[in-house]
Parts: sequence; structure tokens; C-alpha cells
Amino acid sequence: MEVKRSEKDREFVDKVEELSGESVNACIRCGTCSAGCPFVKEMDVLPERIFKRVVLGDKEGILEKNTMWICAACYTCSVRCPRDIDIASIMEAVRQIVLRDNVDKVEVEEVENLQDLPQLAVVGCFRKETG
Amino acid sequence: MEDGLLYYPGCTLKTKASDYEESAKAVMEKLGRPLVEMDDWYCCGAVQSLSTDDIMHQIAPIRTLCCAQEQGETEVVTLCDMCFNVLRRANTRAKENEDDLETMNEFLDEDPDYEGNVETYHLFEILRDMKDEIEKAVKRPLDDLKIAPYYGCMLLRPSEVAIDDTEDPQIMEDMLELLGAEVIENPKRTECCGSYHTVNRSDIVEKRVEDIVGRAVEDGADAIALSCPLCQFNLDYHQRATEFEVPVFYLTELMALAFGLDIGKEIGMKKHRVEPNALLKEKGYME
Amino acid sequence: MAENEDEEQEMIEIFAMGKKYEVPKGLTIMTALEYAGYKFVRGCGCRGGFCGACATVFRKKDEYKLRMDLACQTAAEDGMYLVQLPFVPAVREEYDIEEVDPEEHDNVLLDYYPEIARCVSCNTCTKSCPQDLDVMDFVQAALRGDIERTADLSFDCIQCGLCTIRCPADIKHYHLAQMARRIHGKYNQEYSDELQKRLEEIEEGKYDEKMKELIEMCEEDLRERYEERDMQGEEEG
Repeated sequence: MEVKRSEKDREFVDKVEELSGESVNACIRCGTCSAGCPFVKEMDVLPERIFKRVVLGDKEGILEKNTMWICAACYTCSVRCPRDIDIASIMEAVRQIVLRDNVDKVEVEEVENLQDLPQLAVVGCFRKETG
Repeated sequence: MEDGLLYYPGCTLKTKASDYEESAKAVMEKLGRPLVEMDDWYCCGAVQSLSTDDIMHQIAPIRTLCCAQEQGETEVVTLCDMCFNVLRRANTRAKENEDDLETMNEFLDEDPDYEGNVETYHLFEILRDMKDEIEKAVKRPLDDLKIAPYYGCMLLRPSEVAIDDTEDPQIMEDMLELLGAEVIENPKRTECCGSYHTVNRSDIVEKRVEDIVGRAVEDGADAIALSCPLCQFNLDYHQRATEFEVPVFYLTELMALAFGLDIGKEIGMKKHRVEPNALLKEKGYME
Repeated sequence: MAENEDEEQEMIEIFAMGKKYEVPKGLTIMTALEYAGYKFVRGCGCRGGFCGACATVFRKKDEYKLRMDLACQTAAEDGMYLVQLPFVPAVREEYDIEEVDPEEHDNVLLDYYPEIARCVSCNTCTKSCPQDLDVMDFVQAALRGDIERTADLSFDCIQCGLCTIRCPADIKHYHLAQMARRIHGKYNQEYSDELQKRLEEIEEGKYDEKMKELIEMCEEDLRERYEERDMQGEEEG
């Protein structure tokens, strides 16, 4: 399949690769990442499909999915990938592209049961979901 | 530091996970390697920042390693799995990337430079090498307890910081056997508990807990043993959304129990949502 | 006067909001700006370094760093670039002091100021504090639930807000610390018998006469009385 990308699409691919330090083209679509992911049931699209969209430079298509926000960086996919792609870092790169526009995915003032939560949960969540 | 170990607590050990700190301190005292808290330390950030260009979020763990360096020490031990993961990864990044270390040091500004000579350890790595001492310290073997070990993510992944085999770890199984407990094989023991989603997506965590605890119960476990304060919170607190009532112990609480320490009164087991007392009374470990 | 050349005032150049002015050497940033023609309605207060109203941001000649301090306490230097901050619009959370017992909450400060969980330990707050407080250290103490340490380390905070203006995590250090000190004062510190005694005396009207005397005084006498006041208070009376 010949992949045609506009310059804008190319910019997105480059940004993901730059932030993650990973090569998205290394993916062979084996699906190991999706098979081992404990959160796939909650995801709009499988991690492996996110890869395909990154390769295509489909920024808009990816950003409307919840996959990267459901990923909790447990690294199961990263340790199992036969091509040694650190998929967790790709997810982080996509999150960062959103967050760096000064976006918060969690409402800091609206968190419920704060007094019940251990600090590391709050710190972790804010690091992954606030810009 | 002669026999003592320089100890980095992390924020949660001072509040929600104080049971872990108390029991670990008591156990290590008993084993002759007391935990000595660092003079200064900072919140590690709980999750490692994965962006190549993001040095800012590496500063906090490096600052803590600098504190160890300034105390004249070369080793730091953590109890919390998340702190362990972040400290070790930030340290690895600093040691292996000269440019990154330089940027960090420039950022640290008026503070002393980090020289990259501190090593980070999780308590389990220390305990793994103390099998004889542990065996000798057991006064009250846990032979009536069936325990399912649970590792979660941060001790095992990614591979470069793992303290054991990423897919088939044995470190906790070995220790539980030394304590005399019956180890329940737990195929879910390396699956994520839902982590920080507990803040705003508890539905996700509840499903993970249902799955992980459910399997342990199915396999006959009386209780679960672990070391991560976030896993402990999730597996314990979110059982309220399930039919289960399985105590979730820090491994050091079980050690303290096996060592005959005053568990439940002076040390540990005060902040569990699922009260372990009923189980421990039933099995004769508590009056 | 013209024959005494030595007494002629040496002048320096400053840049206020980017515009160049010549002002006499030896002024504070605040008085230098006033000399240049600025009139402060907000962004100034006690002029003694206590009230924290005159937070200022400046850069020194040939320096790459932005510096922060109090305009009334910092000498204007040749080549300085200056701007005065009239106000810091940071949110201060509302709470009922009766309902923030640290015995009942593991981490009441995190509860009201959850953004402290975003601290990256960059130390920018500490570097911008005109009081030389260990600001980052008290935020870290707050995060781990140590109210006493937060209160102690922030005791000399004058609420200028410079830490908050600079924080990449949007933490409101000075409001957080004030809450910590209030909780510490109410729940942890010993109750003062002397204070209770004095309150009762006031209620009983012991000072009514003296208060009336003050209220009726003319400004000049009042000023004189103020100048002569005894800072430590007189023995019994």
C-alpha cells in the first residue's frame, strides 16, 4: 500500500517519533500489544490500530479516540513487542501533543474523594493528564 | 552507613501507606539492617515521564539522588514500587546520557551537581539476599495462610529496571515460602491494577480489581500480598464494588506477623479497608 | 551649591516597562520608579518590607535571568529593566477552619489544593522568594501531609505571590501555606492562656477608657504616641 501524507500529516508522524524516540514504521501489526493489554475493553480502538493511524499521520482521527487516555503506561505491550517498540512511549507522545496546548484531561478542581486517595495516585494522574 | 540502609520514603508512605513503612522498618530492624530515612527528599513524580525532550520531570528524582550523594551515600532503598521505578529510570537516564545529565545539572543551578554515583534499590532486592536471616527470624510460620502474591507493573517493567523476570517473577513466592505460607499461583499477578485511573475512572479500576482479586479467590487464596501502595489501595479500596472481602497485605506486614512482632497494634494493618483481623483471628495469628 | 561639584547627584539609567529613565543612584526600585514619574495606587504598601504588596520583576544589566524581589527593599541599579506587579490573581480556597482537623484527614492540604500534586521540584518558587524561604520544601512537606513543617518553613511568608506567578505547576504556595499555618495554629499548637485572659479583659471593658482616648485624639498626638510606642508592651497595663 502506498501511503500518501500531506505535509501536516508528516509533521504529526515526525512529532510522535521525536517525542517517543520510537520508529512507528517498525510495527508489523502482529497485535501482540492489543492481545496483552489489560485495558483494551475500555478503548475505542486497539493500540495496534493507533499505530496504523500514526503511520498515516491521521492526527484528528487519533485525538478523538480515548485509547491513549485509557493506557496507564503499565508497559505490558512494551516488554512484549517483538519489534522492541516502546508502545507506552508512543501513547505518551500522543498524550503530550494534546496536553502541551495547555489542556487538562482531568478536572483538577473536580476530583472526588480526594481525601481517600493516596498521593501517588493524584500525582500520577496529574502528570499523565494535565498540561 | 554500617548496617543501616538509606531509605527514601516517598509521600504516600507518610500517610495512606504508613502501614507499609511501619512494618518494613520493624522487619528490617529485626533483620539487622535498619532503614534510615534520608535527611532531605522530594516527591519523585510517581510516573516516569516518557518524552525524550522532557527533562523537567526528571529533575525531582535526580534532586533526591543528589540528597543521597550529599549525605555521602551511594545506595538508596525504596519501599514504594512507583518511586522505585521512577528513581531507577531517571537515574539510568542520567547515567547513560551525558547530555541529559548536563542539562539536569545546569537546571539544578546553585545546588551541587549530580555525579551519577548513586544506585537505587527496591526493598525486595535487599530481602532477596537475606534468605538465611529471614528464615532464622521466623517465629510463627504462616502455615495456615494461603497467600496469592501480586506484583503489578512497576517492579517488573520495563525490562531495563525489572527486579525479576518480567513474565515469571519468583521473588515474592520465595519469600512467602520462607515465611511458611502456602503460595497460591496467581496468573494475574503481573497485570496492571488500573493505577492512577483510580482518580477519575474508578470504573476501570473496579473491573481490574474484580478480575485480579476474583482469580485469587477462585484459586483459594485467603489474602493477597504485594508492595506497591497504589496497588494496595486499588485492590483493597475498590473491592467495595465487588462481592469480595479479601485482605490485601504489604509483604512486610506478613513478615512482621511471621517474625512474631506486635502486628496490628504497634505496627501495620491500621489502614486496611478490608479488615484482616477476622482472618488472622480465625487462623490463630491474633487474639 | 554650584561650586560644590562633589555633591552633585550621580545618576543611573533604568528601563521601566521598556522605557529609559535617568534616576539618582541609591534609590530603591520603588522610589526610582516614582522619581521617573510613576504613581503607585496598587503594588505598594508599607514600604518597609513587611506587607508583600510591592512584588517586582526585574533583570539586571547583562544578566540572562529574571529576578524577583520587593520593590521597596531592592536598590535600583544601572541598566535594570523593571516592571511592577500590582496584584496576583491566584485563587484562594475557602474552608471552614472547624472542618479541617488534620486528625480526621490524612492530607487536608492536598484536598483543598490538589495542584500541589503537580509539583516537579523545579525549585523556581524558592529562587523567586524575596524572603529566602524554602518554598519548594514546604510544598513538598504539604504533599506528604506534614502540616507542621509546612507551617514552620513558611512562617515568614509575606504573601507577595511571586512564587505563584513563576510556578510551572500553577501552585498557590502562599495561600496553601497560610492554610497550613492556620490549621497548625488551631489544632497543633498550645492554647495561650494569656490570650484568653486578655480577651476576657477586653470583654469586661477594661480597655474601653483607653480606646476612647485614642479615638478622640487628634492626628498629630496620635502620631506622636505611635512614634513613642513600646514594642514589647508595658508590664501589666
